Amino acid sequence: MASYIAKRLLVIPLLLLVFSIVIFFLIQAPPGDFMTTYSAILAGSGSSMDNEQLNLMRVDYGLDKPMHIQYFRWMGKLLHGDMGLSLLYMLPNTKLIGDRIGLTVLLAFFSFILSWLIAIPAGIFSATHKNSIGDYFFTVINYIGVAIPNFFLALLLMWICYDLWGLNLVGLFSPKYEMAPWSWAKIGDLLSHIWLPSLILALGGSARLTRIMRANLLDELGKPYMITGRAKGMSEWALVMKYPVRLAINPLVSTIGNYIPQLFSGSLVVATVMNLQNIGPLLLQALSMQDMYLSGSILLVYCLLAIVGTILSDMLLVWVDPRIRME
Amino acid sequence: MTENKGSSYKENPITLIPDKEVSEEFSSTASEEKVSVASNWKLVWWRYRKNRLAVVSLFLLFFVLTIIIFPDFYANQYSEKTNAREAYIPIQKIHFLRDGKVDMWAEKLVGKRNMKTLAMEWVSDPAQPVDIKFFGKGFQWKFLFWKTERHLIVPVDTSERIFILGSDRMGRDQWSRLMYATKTSLTVGMVSVLISVLLGVLLGGISGYFGGTADMIIQRLIEILNSVPYVPIWMAMTAALPRDWSSEQRFFAITVILSLLGWTTLGREVRGKFLSIREEDYVLAAELIGCSKFRIITSHMVPTFLSHIIATGTLMIPQMIVNETSLSFLGLGLRPPAISYGVMLQEAQNVKTMAQAPWLMIPGLVVVITVLMFNLAGDGLRDAADPYSK
Amino acid sequence: MTDQKPLLSVRDIKVYFNLDEGTVKSVDGVSFDAYEGQVLGIVGESGCGKSVTMKSILRIVEPPGKIMEGQVLLSKRDHPDEYLDLTSMNEKGKEIRAVRGGEIALIPQEPMAAFSPVHTIGNQIIEAIMLHCDVNKKEAREICIQSLKSVGMSMPEKRVDSYSWQLSGGLRQRAIIAMAIAGNPRLLIADEPTTAIDVTTQAQILKLLKDLQRERGMSILFITHDLGVIAQMAQYVVVMYLGRVMEKGPVDSIFHDPKHPYTQALLRSIPSAQKTTKIKLPTISGSIPHPFNKPKGCPFHPRCAYAIKGKCNVNLPSEYIVGDQQYVSCFRYEKSEVNIR
Repeated sequence: MASYIAKRLLVIPLLLLVFSIVIFFLIQAPPGDFMTTYSAILAGSGSSMDNEQLNLMRVDYGLDKPMHIQYFRWMGKLLHGDMGLSLLYMLPNTKLIGDRIGLTVLLAFFSFILSWLIAIPAGIFSATHKNSIGDYFFTVINYIGVAIPNFFLALLLMWICYDLWGLNLVGLFSPKYEMAPWSWAKIGDLLSHIWLPSLILALGGSARLTRIMRANLLDELGKPYMITGRAKGMSEWALVMKYPVRLAINPLVSTIGNYIPQLFSGSLVVATVMNLQNIGPLLLQALSMQDMYLSGSILLVYCLLAIVGTILSDMLLVWVDPRIRME
Repeated sequence: MTENKGSSYKENPITLIPDKEVSEEFSSTASEEKVSVASNWKLVWWRYRKNRLAVVSLFLLFFVLTIIIFPDFYANQYSEKTNAREAYIPIQKIHFLRDGKVDMWAEKLVGKRNMKTLAMEWVSDPAQPVDIKFFGKGFQWKFLFWKTERHLIVPVDTSERIFILGSDRMGRDQWSRLMYATKTSLTVGMVSVLISVLLGVLLGGISGYFGGTADMIIQRLIEILNSVPYVPIWMAMTAALPRDWSSEQRFFAITVILSLLGWTTLGREVRGKFLSIREEDYVLAAELIGCSKFRIITSHMVPTFLSHIIATGTLMIPQMIVNETSLSFLGLGLRPPAISYGVMLQEAQNVKTMAQAPWLMIPGLVVVITVLMFNLAGDGLRDAADPYSK
Repeated sequence: MTDQKPLLSVRDIKVYFNLDEGTVKSVDGVSFDAYEGQVLGIVGESGCGKSVTMKSILRIVEPPGKIMEGQVLLSKRDHPDEYLDLTSMNEKGKEIRAVRGGEIALIPQEPMAAFSPVHTIGNQIIEAIMLHCDVNKKEAREICIQSLKSVGMSMPEKRVDSYSWQLSGGLRQRAIIAMAIAGNPRLLIADEPTTAIDVTTQAQILKLLKDLQRERGMSILFITHDLGVIAQMAQYVVVMYLGRVMEKGPVDSIFHDPKHPYTQALLRSIPSAQKTTKIKLPTISGSIPHPFNKPKGCPFHPRCAYAIKGKCNVNLPSEYIVGDQQYVSCFRYEKSEVNIR
């Protein structure tokens, strides 16, 4: 067990190395660099920079060096915990990302919890009341939940709230707390805002989970150990909750590994639509402005978060299933 | 007969005395005969037919297929026909009866400028009917070498414009644009799934059939790809596309980009199937009579799970459509002048516009319905293809 | 034995499954009595309704199956003359749950699947004990270990914390038996307990069951399709075919003096070790009809050599008394006295 965890943990740096090369290649690929975009923006706003100045800045940021040198410079800094400077914000990337990473993880975490809290009871109900009205109700909701794209659901809800109550559901904080330092009141404010994007994100995932849970549980409900349990004299409810539900959840745990990267993907889109201060909108901005070190760092952070999530889910699976644990 | 004691039966070994009526009843009936000779695809269809929702969805999908092939027929205006004066026109009401007779007409929308907000306000005026008809003449379009001016639904007076689903910021007709968007988005979805399936079957097959180092490498690749959030990577990839590429180049690039990450699920499944089927006796038998590897794979192994692949592929299409829509919506997928669902939805990006012109969200609704149809059809197909798996 | 009151009396029980395609009459009027300290064997081909009969006794028939008619009576532990009517109880109620495991326990068919793979066997046995005995967890664990020891499991203190898939087939079956006897039941229903295990282990398990039955004075309802096992285990045999009892009687009468054509045919199809004549082993002609197409009249008549047209395919025969405790449902014996109950 311990060696298994160690093995999984050792893979992380290796994976990150692979990702860093791919990501660096990706952010380098577009023609031109930040300076080109930057001067275009300056030109657009009326002022300009001559070529000499631009080239000086290029040398300053090391943009004139060959690609592999730039990569090693970037990696060297990364290893020291320095993600470079955002050319767009003129701020260290570490700070930009650090400010928003907590909210990114929090949003994903909340939606993860929500999707399980919805899916497990709904799946149990659907399976134990197969072909009842409630089962059909959940089935319809599930089909719609899978079919509706995250961002469209966000748009719809924002529109409905605006149209009916004049609410503008944007951001994670009330204007009052936007810039305020962290306090209990600010956390309360955050919690009162974060549930909606979490719910939007959770819906698609919970629809899939409910379907898996229902199918798994239906499978388990027909297993011979159910007869054993009934013949023991267990009450139906206790029996269902103890054995089949427990067994039906196991394969569900193995889906977490795929679900977590999806959550981060979804949160990126929803955050952009609802203008949430997580790293999603920052990435979009950085990519469109060719702020290469910022986008590279964010991409790497996304990969790291997803890998850690996947490994945590693997460990969870080992923990819940003795058949895997004992091997 | 009661005196027949135990010994009696030894003298009368039981022989078959078939009761004629009964034996006929129990011999394989006509329907069983039919099953025993039906091909696998026939069986799949018989099982599929039982799922009404899936059948309806499949029927609707065939209809959607005609939109993909003939979007011009369903449209009634050029997709880029703009008119600043006809911006944000709401959905025009269509009537099918006039004075108790079947006759199609639309209510004319009259714009009035609100002098306070300076915004145009459109009021429909049933007193001014716009005559419309099916299969009337409109702009000319071409399919292969065939030129025609016929469209599904057009105003009788060709100088009029009708807005069945309203118009957008630039006064473009949403209905017509939606037809072209359907063509683009569904093509991206289906082609990228096709590429994903080919990749998945190829790599999964190599991995499962040959094993060894190839298997190891492909397995690690799948693991790496599965532990990555796709949307940020897709975003980085599309952002890396040269900006001066034409719409068509972008279209193909995005299709390929979507499929580059999409093949892993299928790859894993195909590998599993290969691993289990490789052990089957009929594969061994084929090997023993000297079949080539290629023949074993293509005519003995792949057919056994072809229906499964098709079902999985069908279920992947809606995901790809959603992915394209999300990317384009964020401005990183297809870009105008290309028209896709995502590009159209970009018009609805802020709440105030949505409140003013809710019909701009119709493309989103169309996405939901399309995805729903593909999912229902795909689920039906999966259940019909292998009824014994979940 | 005739004067003794039965421990369990199954009377004319009918279990039907209402499916979209039609009604399957899985059990169609089955009656028999089980006495204290007796091993009662129920024998029949697969699909004859043995298992459904077992489930209807415990009231665990799964929907769409339903008990349409009949009674299952169980004598009370303290007042053997008084009977509990199990069929009238609420399927999910407390009363029947006290009977399951407490009075009547089950040894299910597949020892592998009968345990949950993610719970230890101890956990599952202790649960059964705590449902029927007023003990705390620690005491229950002691009882569990004792119970495992009594079924001949070595190192019960260690094995109690193992999972079912860590045990061999024989040990698993022993664990199942330990769980069944843990609630101290008076009747043990063994549903094909030895089908899934190899022959040597099978002999051990059969011996164990017999020993337990003798020590504890339990009754066993032994369900199997294996006539050899029945001959070895049972004192009284019920022969079933297509949801009906064809013949029932003491084991000697059934094996040496079978009356029903089905029983006779069944016995003839057993290979014999003594006979060396090279004749083909007789089989019963025809095959079991599909449950939807159950024949009218006596269910065996399409395959019966003695079938009388206009009689066997029209009416159901009553149960005729053909010997001491031996009853048969066949028109060949209609001159005999009818068994009225």
